Amino acid sequence: MHLINPEVLSVIAPFEDVIIRTACRLLIPFIQLYGLYVIAHGAESPGGGFQGGVILGASFILLSLAYDVDEVRKRVSEKRNLIFCSVGLFIYSGIGAVCLALGGNYLNYSRLHHLLPVDPVYARALGIFGIEVGVGITVMAVMISIFFDLASKHEDPEEGTSLGMDR
Amino acid sequence: MKIQKRGLLLEWIVSKYNYWIYIFLMMIGFYAMIGKKNLVKKVIGMNIFQTSIILYFISIGSKKGATIPVMEHGHGGTIQAIQYINPIPHVLMLTAIVVMVSTFGVAMALIIMIYRKYRTIEEDEILKLRK
Amino acid sequence: MKSIALIAVCLTGILLIYGTLDMPPWGDPNTPASLHVSPRYIEKTVEETDVPNMVTSVLADYRGYDTLGETTVIFTAGISCILLIRRFSQ
Repeated sequence: MHLINPEVLSVIAPFEDVIIRTACRLLIPFIQLYGLYVIAHGAESPGGGFQGGVILGASFILLSLAYDVDEVRKRVSEKRNLIFCSVGLFIYSGIGAVCLALGGNYLNYSRLHHLLPVDPVYARALGIFGIEVGVGITVMAVMISIFFDLASKHEDPEEGTSLGMDR
Repeated sequence: MKIQKRGLLLEWIVSKYNYWIYIFLMMIGFYAMIGKKNLVKKVIGMNIFQTSIILYFISIGSKKGATIPVMEHGHGGTIQAIQYINPIPHVLMLTAIVVMVSTFGVAMALIIMIYRKYRTIEEDEILKLRK
Repeated sequence: MKSIALIAVCLTGILLIYGTLDMPPWGDPNTPASLHVSPRYIEKTVEETDVPNMVTSVLADYRGYDTLGETTVIFTAGISCILLIRRFSQ
């Protein structure tokens, strides 16, 4: 069974719909706000870093489904996306290393009370919030990156041009 | 003797039917992984298999009459462990969900690479082309 | 081929159902999974960490090192997708 060439399909029937575009334009800011709410309230209600990160990533995927994938890929530049990926993991390990530098074990958040003017029990809650932010940023960036890799147009290997990071 | 056997079977069904439902879902995913020829259908079967395992573990930690593992406000007295369901399977399954998404992403990337080389994603045609 | 797969699947299903006959009944508070360290996590999560959500406090504080490994797993998956699919111009 031969698969249809995707470049031919997007020339015959490019996807444009006014209703979907308008509805997505109205909804996406609220989805992102909800994703940030879920990350920030990980301590009080069900939620946390992973859940909020996936919601934030899903808002970008919705944007690229409503508009052209390659157009959105140019706006959300891939270099910045990779930097976000690494920054989230760096925040997580960085908080652990700060706790190590202040004299405790690795990821022992109660030692953060030497740095911030709070008591040791509340310092653990602040450490938990900090690593949830890091995890949320990494999960959002990886969701966007995997979707752009799988859904964008791939040039034919015999043609010679490549779709890489040379912009 | 027959009434004792029927009572035992009914007791098994009433106390363990949740495990049996998840095993049924697991077997659907397992059949899709080994019985289908299209590579994308195999990956979907792997997804169903992993989802059923996640649900199975969550059902192990439930307690009768207990509430979700988030402490209610205004709870002045001591917290008793029998009022909240076990939070540890939920924690382990968050990791399992993340692993599920990662393997799905890498599997789809490998399928794209296979399509680029062989121009088909049916398993028997790929095996014929390799000979 | 499909009939062999069906037989294998049915055999595996019967073996797994035979394995669940030893498992504790659904909803029992005295299962071995809820007895050793789980009551300590439930009872002490507000007085040791100031966080009411027990799942978040176990995930991010008591078992924070596993969460670091898990974040590395998803980061590695993103990097491998990039390395497999994108072609860099020389």
